[in-house]
Amino acid sequence: MAARPGPGVGELVLLEKLLGLPKGSKYGVQGERKIPVLQTNSGPGLTGIMTIAAYLVKQAKKEQLLGSTAEEKAVVQQWLEYRVTQVDGSSSKEDTRIILKDLNIHLEDKVYLAGNVFTLADILMYYGLHHIMVDLTVQEKEKYLNVSRWFNHIQHYPGVRQHLSNVVFIKNRLYTNAH
Amino acid sequence: MQLRVPVRGPAALKVLAAAGAAAAPVQLVWGGPSEPPRAPLRPPWAPALELDSGTVLFSPNAICQFFFLTRGDEPTDLSNQWLEWEATELQPAATAALYARLVLGRTALEAAQGLGKLLTHIEQSLARRGAAFLAGDTPSVADVVVWGTLFPILQDENSLPSELQALRTWFQSMTLLEACRDAADSVLMPKALLEFKSYLQKQPPPCLAMQRATSNEPEEEEGSERALTEEEIAAAADAWARGAAALPKPWQPQKPVLPVEGMRNVLITSALPYVNNVPHLGNIIGCVLSADTFARYCRLRNWNTLYVCGTDEYGTATETKAVEEGLTPQEICNKYHTIHADIYRWFDISFDCFGRTTTPSQTTIAQDIFQRLLARGFLLQDTVEQLRCEGCQRFLADRFVEGTCPFCSYEEARGDQCDKCGKLINAVELKNPQCKLCRGVPTVKPTQHLFLDLPKVSLIPGGVQRGWGTPGTTAHPCVLPQPSWRSGWRPGWSSPGPQATGRPMLATSPAPGSGMGSNRAASLATSSGAHRCPSMASVTRWLQPGPSVAVPVPGALLGGPHAQPVTLSPQVFYVWFDAPIGYLSITANYTDQWERWWKNPQQVELYNFMAKDNVPFHSVIFPCSLLGADDNYTLVNHLIATEYLNYEDGKFSKSRGVGVFGDMAKDTGIPADIWRFYLLYLRPEGQDSAFSWSDLMLKNNSELLNNLGNFINRAGMFVCKFFGGTVPNMVLTPDDKRLLARVTLELRQYHQLLEKVRIREALRCILSISRHGNQYIQVNEPWKRIKGDEKDRQHAGTVTGVAVNMASLLAVMLQPYMPSVSLAIQGQLCIPPDSFVLSHDFTCTLPPGHRVGTVSPLFQKLENDRVEALRRRFGGGQPEDLAVEPQAKQTPSASQPPPAPETLMAPIDSQRLQELTQEVARQGNHVRQLKANKAEKAQIDMEVAKLLELKKQLALAEGKSPEVSVPKGKQKK
Repeated sequence: MAARPGPGVGELVLLEKLLGLPKGSKYGVQGERKIPVLQTNSGPGLTGIMTIAAYLVKQAKKEQLLGSTAEEKAVVQQWLEYRVTQVDGSSSKEDTRIILKDLNIHLEDKVYLAGNVFTLADILMYYGLHHIMVDLTVQEKEKYLNVSRWFNHIQHYPGVRQHLSNVVFIKNRLYTNAH
Repeated sequence: MQLRVPVRGPAALKVLAAAGAAAAPVQLVWGGPSEPPRAPLRPPWAPALELDSGTVLFSPNAICQFFFLTRGDEPTDLSNQWLEWEATELQPAATAALYARLVLGRTALEAAQGLGKLLTHIEQSLARRGAAFLAGDTPSVADVVVWGTLFPILQDENSLPSELQALRTWFQSMTLLEACRDAADSVLMPKALLEFKSYLQKQPPPCLAMQRATSNEPEEEEGSERALTEEEIAAAADAWARGAAALPKPWQPQKPVLPVEGMRNVLITSALPYVNNVPHLGNIIGCVLSADTFARYCRLRNWNTLYVCGTDEYGTATETKAVEEGLTPQEICNKYHTIHADIYRWFDISFDCFGRTTTPSQTTIAQDIFQRLLARGFLLQDTVEQLRCEGCQRFLADRFVEGTCPFCSYEEARGDQCDKCGKLINAVELKNPQCKLCRGVPTVKPTQHLFLDLPKVSLIPGGVQRGWGTPGTTAHPCVLPQPSWRSGWRPGWSSPGPQATGRPMLATSPAPGSGMGSNRAASLATSSGAHRCPSMASVTRWLQPGPSVAVPVPGALLGGPHAQPVTLSPQVFYVWFDAPIGYLSITANYTDQWERWWKNPQQVELYNFMAKDNVPFHSVIFPCSLLGADDNYTLVNHLIATEYLNYEDGKFSKSRGVGVFGDMAKDTGIPADIWRFYLLYLRPEGQDSAFSWSDLMLKNNSELLNNLGNFINRAGMFVCKFFGGTVPNMVLTPDDKRLLARVTLELRQYHQLLEKVRIREALRCILSISRHGNQYIQVNEPWKRIKGDEKDRQHAGTVTGVAVNMASLLAVMLQPYMPSVSLAIQGQLCIPPDSFVLSHDFTCTLPPGHRVGTVSPLFQKLENDRVEALRRRFGGGQPEDLAVEPQAKQTPSASQPPPAPETLMAPIDSQRLQELTQEVARQGNHVRQLKANKAEKAQIDMEVAKLLELKKQLALAEGKSPEVSVPKGKQKK
């Protein structure tokens, strides 16, 4: 677990840059799981990735990233929660497999996690899955075809990827007779 | 908008409360979901909100959020923070607390204490802000979500420790809210909690993320295993207590084995090995050994089992081989039949009969099927192009032609297949074809042959599906999946209209795309590596007349009702028409009642074992012949094919002397059971695998010697040493029962896999059980406890008794894989023959008072030198070239006489080792000093040389090969 930087402060800094916010926010971490804490001018600060990310989006006046309708907002909330509970909580290969399977089914008929609009859920899910996607074999990428399509789309979204490595996806399917 | 609440579980509480608070127009559906929502899989007790747009929300918090949003309450930073905290921190702890409360029967106060710090966090937040609710002065989504999680555990504020005053007040006011009260009334009636309890009982206990983080227990492999439920543990303990009496009596079939009414009758065939060659390890694992393992398993399950195999002796390859060795075809057949039979006997293959195809029964049955096909109009005559050698005055069988491969331009491709690229070839497509006998150039000539009319066979009502329609047909990577059979084949066949014009009998000619049939056959064969299958449904071939080479086509052909008179006479059956009929004729030679096996699809379940190249013939041609013959033949139910086994990094090749062949295996001195184990361990299920000597050594030394052998031996030794050879009394503790459940789980898995003929994977279950056993002994240390007080001694007895019973179970489970080792364990532990049967439960078969025999080690260590020598011996030409050349360049000293092998194998002398280590250290210091003092180069070099020499000696003494590689002589035999 110690080997990879996220989940946490790192991706929030990436998000700040993506949103075009000025640098200089002060972050701390809390507890054994190193939950990020953002020092704000007022009050005791904000705790947790979802919470801080939503705050940053509002600071940048890009509320559309949180969804426009009640339904979109709830869906974004749902996938942010999925990201911090399921993806960040995954520890075994089996967990990873289930997550990729879940997402693959969900993305079967969607461009983005919340349907047809790009939201904060896509951004944080991309940061959260990056270390998993980097290690997938070509065959696994084909197996989770919808996840691969979505991931490739998000990593090419302007400003999202930043210094993270580009994950390569092959256009032509190699394992055509995969059942 | 529909809210589904499958089981009235606690997660529904907050969702209903939020819906009530927001007065959302929601239609409530109790009970299970009518269809699984198109959302990621959630626990069945989680609610789901289906919106009118079709979107499904599955996260309870998101559903609550949605209800509050529709009410116009936008989330704030603070409410977001509470929701995130609830999902990541509170929820996992609350699930564990609820489990403690409902399943383990803790009180609400105790359960609340388990939440400790989290409750304090709420208390402090409330107190610090001085507000009545979590995110302000009015109830928000945050309050509902947190309250909904806590309520099922606490029920009322009195369960909270009194010092959490702010929390108590908040909880009370939440519970009094109308929406919350209504939700609690509808969800948490006592009955609903009971329902939820029964659900929780079936789940593994939740493991707390926080507990994991703070625990000091070393992370063991255990973590990846499924946790056991209380029910499973109790069931395992019950089954154990029932003892051997609960086992079924082993079934002893009458000889000859015949189907028995009311029993499961399993007929197993393994592809008939061809007599022109000695089988290599790949052939052995591909069919006879896999089939044997399964047959042995079936017998242990008390299924009435017949396993038939034999040598296939007809065909052109016999003829070729006869020419090569200067013998008659009959002599060749006799010679190789004996070789095959000997090899399989050595490998302990438990055939019920191992016959051969050159028998009168073969001719009778083949001709009978042929006549019936002919009479029913399933045979068609057509002209194909074939190579004819004018010099020899004959049409050339595929194997009598050589030439350049049309695919890879390999110059010595055979008429049926290219040895280099492995593709199947049609002889007429070979470039520069040559007659193998006279080296003349053959010419392409049209010739008449008979073909099986596949489209017509497919029209037999209920026919094609008959054999495959059985539920539970084995799914196997290499087995034809049912759908492809039905959807892929049938349409092509049943409409012999447009696709099949001009060539009504499909699958006749080898030319690509010439008919639907061959394309279908090709698409079938592609998955198994073959590209095209020439002459798929050919029935006849031209051959020199010879008594033992082939079954002659009966004369009826000449005047048959559907066939034109044939002008050329010495025609015989094509190998793939008659070879599988060998299964029938061999059975017929075993018993005159063979039809009870082969014309009895109602009672008999047929398993065909083969390597992947044989799949098209066993899945299409042979069943179609039998179907067309219309004689109620038993058709294949389970077609079990393996991929290929490679040797080290290449292929087995007799001509290049690469690889281990059946007759050599026994010369290696490695017991047959070790070979069986290793071949089954790497059985190419799903993909090709490769035999490797170093891996064989590793698996023998780690899995067999250190794991399996070590466990069984220790278990037996403890009984002998500590309890005078008598199984002691056992008093099971919860930990012991847990182990029983764990073993039962592995045993069930073993059955599940073997029922699907996943032989390789099932072997892993055996090894897992012995791994558990080793851990069990290691943790409980009976050798220490036996010296302790009464209680410790009793525990030592229990551990020893459970362990030796596990060893007894392993002996039975191992029998299909390693029959001799299994027999040895049976002898050592004196396992009663009546217990030698497999059931789904792990019972106590060696009860207290049972006397064991003499226990001795089961396996021997394989030494590196020996394995290395074997690798060189069987490696073939190339590896040796590779090994010699670079050495000659790098180490001119390679010409030095190699150290005597004895030095390498000398036992480690610890005193000598110590001396050497010290000397190396001293010399090393000396060199460093010289360097530091800038001594003369020559002097340094001399001392360095001394140091190197010492290091080499040290390495030798340690039993490692010295760094300077020296070729090891002596191995060439």
